[in-house]
Amino acid sequence: MFLKPYWVLAATAPSFMVLEVMMDLAQPMFMQRIVDIGIANGDAAYVWSTLVRMLLVALLGFAGGIGCSYFSAKAAINAGTDIRKEMFSHVQNLSFSNVDKLKTGNLITTLTNDIVQVQRMMMMMMRIMVKAPIQFAGSLIMTYIISPRLFLILLVLVPLLSMTMVLLFKKGYPLYRIVQSKLDAVNTVMQENLSGIRVVKAFVREDFERERFSKANDDYMDSTVKVSRIMAVMFPIIMILLNVGIVAVLWFGNIEVANGNIQVGKVIAFINYLLQLLISIMMVAGMMMMYSRAQASAERIEEVLETVPDINDCEDAVCADGLDGNLVFEKVSFSYGDHAIEPVLTDISFTAKKGEKVAIIGSTGSGKSTLVNLIPRLYDVSGGRITIGGVDIRNMKRTFLRSRISIVLQQSLLFSGKIGDNIRYGKSDATMSELDESAKASGAKEFIESFEKGYDTLLGQKGVNLSGGQKQRISIARGLIRKPYILILDDSTSAVDVATEVKIQAALKTKTKNSIVVMVAQRISSILDADQIIVLEEGKIAGKGNHKTLIENNQVYREIFESQLGKAGEAYGA
Amino acid sequence: MAHDKREKKAQPGIMRGGGGHRAFLTAEKIRAKDTKRTLKRIWGYISEQKKWLFISLALVASSTLLGLLGPYFIALGIDDYIAKGVSEGFLRHLGIMTGVYIAAALITYMQQYILIIISQKVIRNMRKDYFDRLMGFSLKFFDQTPNGELMSRLTNDIENVSTTLSNSIAQMFSSLLSFSGVIVIMLLLNWQLALISMTTVPMIIFSVKLIAKNTRKGYRDQQRHLGKLNGIIEENLTAQKVVKAYGKEETAIAEFNEMNQKLKGSSIRAEIFGGFMGPSMNLMNNLRFSIIAGAGGYLVISGSLSVGLIAAFLNYSRQFGRPLTQLANIYNTIQSAIAGAERVFETMDHIPEIQDSIYAKDLEDVKGHVVFNEVDFGYVEGEKVLKKAYFEAKPGDTIAIVGPTGAGKTTIINLLTRFYDIESGAIEIDGVNIRDINVRSLRNKLGIVLQDTYLFSGSVRENIRYGRLTATDEEVHEAAKRAYADHFIRHLPDGYDTVLSQEGSNLSQGQRQLLAIARAILSNPAILILDEATSSVDTRTEVHIQKAMLHLMEGRTSFVIAHRLSTIKDATMIMVINEGKIIERGSHKELLDLKGFYHDLHYSQFKNAV
Repeated sequence: MFLKPYWVLAATAPSFMVLEVMMDLAQPMFMQRIVDIGIANGDAAYVWSTLVRMLLVALLGFAGGIGCSYFSAKAAINAGTDIRKEMFSHVQNLSFSNVDKLKTGNLITTLTNDIVQVQRMMMMMMRIMVKAPIQFAGSLIMTYIISPRLFLILLVLVPLLSMTMVLLFKKGYPLYRIVQSKLDAVNTVMQENLSGIRVVKAFVREDFERERFSKANDDYMDSTVKVSRIMAVMFPIIMILLNVGIVAVLWFGNIEVANGNIQVGKVIAFINYLLQLLISIMMVAGMMMMYSRAQASAERIEEVLETVPDINDCEDAVCADGLDGNLVFEKVSFSYGDHAIEPVLTDISFTAKKGEKVAIIGSTGSGKSTLVNLIPRLYDVSGGRITIGGVDIRNMKRTFLRSRISIVLQQSLLFSGKIGDNIRYGKSDATMSELDESAKASGAKEFIESFEKGYDTLLGQKGVNLSGGQKQRISIARGLIRKPYILILDDSTSAVDVATEVKIQAALKTKTKNSIVVMVAQRISSILDADQIIVLEEGKIAGKGNHKTLIENNQVYREIFESQLGKAGEAYGA
Repeated sequence: MAHDKREKKAQPGIMRGGGGHRAFLTAEKIRAKDTKRTLKRIWGYISEQKKWLFISLALVASSTLLGLLGPYFIALGIDDYIAKGVSEGFLRHLGIMTGVYIAAALITYMQQYILIIISQKVIRNMRKDYFDRLMGFSLKFFDQTPNGELMSRLTNDIENVSTTLSNSIAQMFSSLLSFSGVIVIMLLLNWQLALISMTTVPMIIFSVKLIAKNTRKGYRDQQRHLGKLNGIIEENLTAQKVVKAYGKEETAIAEFNEMNQKLKGSSIRAEIFGGFMGPSMNLMNNLRFSIIAGAGGYLVISGSLSVGLIAAFLNYSRQFGRPLTQLANIYNTIQSAIAGAERVFETMDHIPEIQDSIYAKDLEDVKGHVVFNEVDFGYVEGEKVLKKAYFEAKPGDTIAIVGPTGAGKTTIINLLTRFYDIESGAIEIDGVNIRDINVRSLRNKLGIVLQDTYLFSGSVRENIRYGRLTATDEEVHEAAKRAYADHFIRHLPDGYDTVLSQEGSNLSQGQRQLLAIARAILSNPAILILDEATSSVDTRTEVHIQKAMLHLMEGRTSFVIAHRLSTIKDATMIMVINEGKIIERGSHKELLDLKGFYHDLHYSQFKNAV
């Protein structure tokens, strides 16, 4: 499919291959003439002239071979590059429910290993898949030309050979799949241990994990050995069949020569073609092994490419000049996946006005993060609708919608590179003063400046050299720098100490006068001044209002409040 | 680039091992030495299967030799029977031939099977050793080495060694054997024609060298670009949410495409040159074929050769072309396998920073008297995170640690658990320096609930049981109840038998923390450590957990790190840490009265409300 744009290259490659094979096939024919004409007549000059011709033919075949590998490499790699490109952009278009289903880890393997496998396969196909059948057919034809009667031997031999191979593959192929899944199991144990190494160490479970790994490892080995035991039969069987063929050729050849039907040279040539036949069959066998591997890879690639992004811009998506007006949730419900038994959110309705700060509070798993993820359409609602300024967000262009919303996630994900670039991620053309300003507001400026290189400090993978709170503050700065119309803070100050948080809150207030702030919080202290507090309980709204009204007439809210601030809180808070 | 890295890393090792003069060795020599050492170690794994290896090599030898007989039989058949028109005894001749072929096939099968077993066992052991070693490394190592790299050692490098082993060793042996066998036989049959057909050998060697030289550079570039591309992919996919939320898909794609193009360039170069190998070898084969046919024909005419021998030579020359081609191909695979093995061994050779000293003893009945004595520590040399930290926790005390982000709270925990070793000073438990305690026995006495929870794929029950492997189902349920996790677990589709997906992604952050707490409760530790254990649990649930925790903390020395000050008011002692120093300590009330840092911290929580 991806070879299409390179069909000229892709078609040139096999035609060069045809040249190479033809030349190969010509060789035994020349040899036969040397024996039967040159030697039989004692004609040395004929032998020499044939030799020269053979050398020329060999060179021509070489040219064909070179041409084939040149064009096949070009075509396959171009196609491979395109697949990778296509797939990566496709993945960028997928929604999170898509990615959740495909699993990030698998996606990475598919993008890297699987494509390499397929690319190699394509290249081999153009080289060998063309070569083998031509060589096979060519040898068959040549043997028939040499002696139609000896050819009868092949009529027995070839079906026998093909049958054995098909049989073996039928048995082996399912086993290969098992091997693959066992390998996956080994990798999973490894992956889990790497990401959970602290806990493994803390609970002194190294031996337990070693045991777990060892078991997966042994399983993998056993299944590999099992499949190999079957596949190892193939080569010897081909050998036996072929050699029995040679014996038969000699036997019947003897009779034919005795009867004067053919000459000795033809028997020799026949045996040579038989060998070429064998080589072509072995090539096919090798190819089939590779093919079954590449097949699995291709299937995985296809699965990804065929995943339809479930969040798409609709045809008449609007792209207004700016976002304005109220953010409204109308009877919104949501559930992950199609089979989820219980919806995560049900019947959520509220209105957030421009300049307001809306806080969402609730117990673990009550659906707070899910709720805010719906606003920039990281997921689409299952029921009801969300509107901004009266327009359903599903009717807006995603790029536009997201460019006006900043979401600061619970887990701060930073990229390797400079701190400054990480903040600029929110707005790539931000000026130095904008950078400075947002870093200041997010409380990141202080510690950034304490670094020797300031904004140019390089971060390691996922920002490993920063503390959790520092990472969060950089993420907030990243969100602020684009001056969003809607700023979403999803528990994004959980690792920041209270004193710093208070400072950040105060700074945010001045920066978001003309925006809507939606904030998920654990700490009640950080939401006391919200214009509207939404209390979530098991995916439903259990209370709405400001701190004062809620504390007076909402049981759930009061419980949360007291649990956090206790009596001291009451003294100050109420 | 890959080379530079290896050289740098190789040098210190060599200097440690030998005298100073060795430092003058050229990089080239060091690499050669490294390759030799790597081969030696691979051999170490193989030699564990010595018995099988010898058997299989014996089998390879016999099947190769039997294979060499084939063409000779054909030649005899043609010369003695077909050319002369004799049919008497021909059947017997063919019978022997068939017998030889069948024997050769059987031996080949056995040999292949045994080789597979050997290579699989070798690889299994290598993988196991790798993992076992890895588990013994300290956290510092894992902090400094990207997970992807460690992962690729296992998936790519070891796998690479495996395919090479199973394919190449036998192939190489049989190639060399049949190559020399063929030469001997050809020389015996007719030395003139043998020498003539051998003229292609130098040509083969020359062209292999030429191609390999060009290919290698291409492959190296290709590998490097592929590595970078993988880096881009990994980073972008793990940070998907951010990429999307900020609408940066285009930038990501552009960055990706740029590297993808570079990869394309180097791949094409590598593969085109690599692809030349086949046709070149084919050319050599055909040249040889022509030469044998032509020169052989001439020799037959001049009467020093029989027609059957030409047939035999044509067959033999194929058998001697093939080993050379194989050797050329194997050379490349072996090169990359060695490079892979080198990386694996390099990782395995890392020396764990934290090891039990020979005097280390087990920790028996722990009372829980913990002392930090003038402890200095930094993750990076020269940057101290803790400075002269001193404190004492008496058995049963609850010590709370508060302070701004990055002040060094978690570091205290990292040191107490000996995830890292201190630079100077001492940490004592019941009067014993923790350096003199077996690391496992130390950690077994500690119950730790960390900020980031780790759940492995398996059932909820298995994940809780991780805290104490011998716990009964009842004990697991009991622990879950006490951690207030029982309720939500029972609401999961399969209750305690619900299988968690990759790292528990089907649970919320808070639910995962509850499981981690249940796990710690089950482990029934002497000293309890809670590092922001409840940060993602909502506060109402936290109140419940806190009750459970209080219960759990009773009679145990506990260390609690928390941002929410309300959760630590009842601590025996609160330590306030700022910039690596303990600046205030005392009870909640004492610290409030002090009107210092803690006082400010405490009231800042409520300022907003006023």
